[in-house]
Amino acid sequence: MDNIHVLIVDDEEDLAKTIAERLEIRGIHTQTASDGDKALNLIKSQPPDVVVLDLMMPGIGGLGILKQINLLENKIPVILLTGYGSRERSIEGMNLGAFDYVLKPCNLDDLIIKIQEAIKIK
Amino acid sequence: MKTIKFQEFITKYIFRIPEEGTSPERYKALRRNIIILMILVTVIPLSLMATINYYQYQKNLRDEIISPMNLLTNKTKRSFELFLEERLSTVRFIASAYSYQELSDPIILNHILSVLKREFDGFVDLGLISSKGKLLNYAGPYSFLDKDYSQQSWYHKVLINGRYISDVFLGYREFPHIAIAVQNLTEPNCCWILRTTINTKKFDDLIAMLELDPECDAFLINKEGILQTNSKFYGKVLEPCQLKIPNGGQGTYVIESQDKNGREIFIAYSYLVEPEYTLVVVKPSSLILKTWFTFRTEIFFIYIASVLLIVLLVYKLTDAQVSHIKKADEKRERAFRELEHSQKLSSIGRLAAGVAHEINNPLAIINQKAGLMSDLIENTPDFNKKQKFIELTEAIIKSTERCSTITHRLLGFARRMDIEYEDLGVNDVLREVISFLEKEALHRNIKIELHLDENLPRVSSDRGQLQQVFLNILSNAFAAVTDNGNIIIRTWDEDSEKVGISFEDDGCGMSQKDLANIFEPFFTTKKGYGTGLGLPITYGIIQKMGGSIKVKSKLGEGSMFTIYILKMPKKVLDV
Repeated sequence: MDNIHVLIVDDEEDLAKTIAERLEIRGIHTQTASDGDKALNLIKSQPPDVVVLDLMMPGIGGLGILKQINLLENKIPVILLTGYGSRERSIEGMNLGAFDYVLKPCNLDDLIIKIQEAIKIK
Repeated sequence: MKTIKFQEFITKYIFRIPEEGTSPERYKALRRNIIILMILVTVIPLSLMATINYYQYQKNLRDEIISPMNLLTNKTKRSFELFLEERLSTVRFIASAYSYQELSDPIILNHILSVLKREFDGFVDLGLISSKGKLLNYAGPYSFLDKDYSQQSWYHKVLINGRYISDVFLGYREFPHIAIAVQNLTEPNCCWILRTTINTKKFDDLIAMLELDPECDAFLINKEGILQTNSKFYGKVLEPCQLKIPNGGQGTYVIESQDKNGREIFIAYSYLVEPEYTLVVVKPSSLILKTWFTFRTEIFFIYIASVLLIVLLVYKLTDAQVSHIKKADEKRERAFRELEHSQKLSSIGRLAAGVAHEINNPLAIINQKAGLMSDLIENTPDFNKKQKFIELTEAIIKSTERCSTITHRLLGFARRMDIEYEDLGVNDVLREVISFLEKEALHRNIKIELHLDENLPRVSSDRGQLQQVFLNILSNAFAAVTDNGNIIIRTWDEDSEKVGISFEDDGCGMSQKDLANIFEPFFTTKKGYGTGLGLPITYGIIQKMGGSIKVKSKLGEGSMFTIYILKMPKKVLDV
């Protein structure tokens, strides 16, 4: 669990921060970003091991960010955070190379398992 | 005073079609009206034509009979007149050409008679009568010399008119004769009379010239209705005629009558002026009307056959037409209802999706916050009521999970997941679902009877969707039956395209009213705990997979859901 860096991107800051705090409790270093620009800046300045990305966001949206991440030199696995209703979008996201997806509201343990899997693959 | 106008009457009583929907009364009325109208429109002109034809033909036939009869009678009458005229002229000529002295001479009188007999038909004798009525000279087969005629009526008529043609009488030889008498007025103060008797054989000849059919008759009668010639059917000469002929008038007439034997006859009659005879020609109508009866029978049968044909045709056509309309109406109604239903579903779906989506985020936050709370509590050393707090946060998390199931369902209802086709056995899916419900069945002692077709072909379908469909229907069945109830599940190979699955329960059943609503979203009979989404989702899934679902239910007796699933998907519908 040590030295895992996770970036949580969600426009619901409250949600992002809560998840971050819970992950911190479990010893996972976590940062949060509430929009695409901040997220991409953080990814460039302090590349995380895994990005947890909400798909429903204003601006360029989750898929936009995902495309940007894909453009980066060193691949960062992305776990999509999706609502049930945006299933098509999550499928599109998976096609764009996302590692996996988690349905909102998510079970934290599931999320952690998926984060660990993502790192293992990496 | 109120009068119903024709149009009003029509619309009120004939065109009155019940307005609403596809009720059988409406089609009955429609059918009745079309039939009435069509029959009226066709039968009225037909009847009119038949009637007009009937009368026209009758008239033509009558004219065809009457005019020749008229003509013939008239012609014959003229022949009679001519004959009599000729004879009268001859007698008058003799009376003028010869003097009293000459005529008194028996030799000359005999000579004249012999010339007359040679040149003209029918002269029998010739007599010279004095102004006192005494026969002075006579030439002929009988000897009436010195006979006194002064008391006889014809004698007086001659004195008045100067001439006289008698009715027919039987002479001494028992042959019918007529007498012609002419008064001579050329010699003053000496008005003697020349009288001749003429055999009426010529009358018979003239009648024979008519060339009548054996059933026909022709004869002469005098003013008193005494026959002047023999009649075939109505008496001998000098007997009263047994047929009543109207008196008076001039010219020729044709009347229809009945003789004493009840024969329908046409009578043509024509009056002669001098003597006052009536020529009568009789033709039985039966002879004439034979063609008429044939025609009438023909026209009658043609008419009846036509009407029958029309009625039959109208019935058949109208039946076909009305059932066609009915089908079209039903189809339209169904399409409309389906459209309405799907529109309702989709608008409710959108609303539900919107609500679910909006709720999902705060729900996620609550979930995470509660999670964080439980994390923090667990990482905190023991404190008062720590266990209680752990339980509370767990309860909150459980509740948010329950909420999320609901929102997922709502979203699922709005946008059903893509169907992922795989090769599967319907029986296996059924068993999986049943195993899921086994505990409840055991607990409530519900007997699930399986009649599964083990040779059921495998189908290409979506396992998850099918599970949901079966689960929804079975959940409803479980809710419907009482403890110790029965549920029977059957599967069978319906046809080359579909397999059938039925779920039968002996539960509470549904009323017709409820049955009409079960696929409506948010309609539920399970007051308090139903979402009203189970069957609409089921319906949606089945529709989307190209299958169909049927429900039979009777209140208090149970329900039966029958599902047909395509063996191979026809087309994949987009979400």
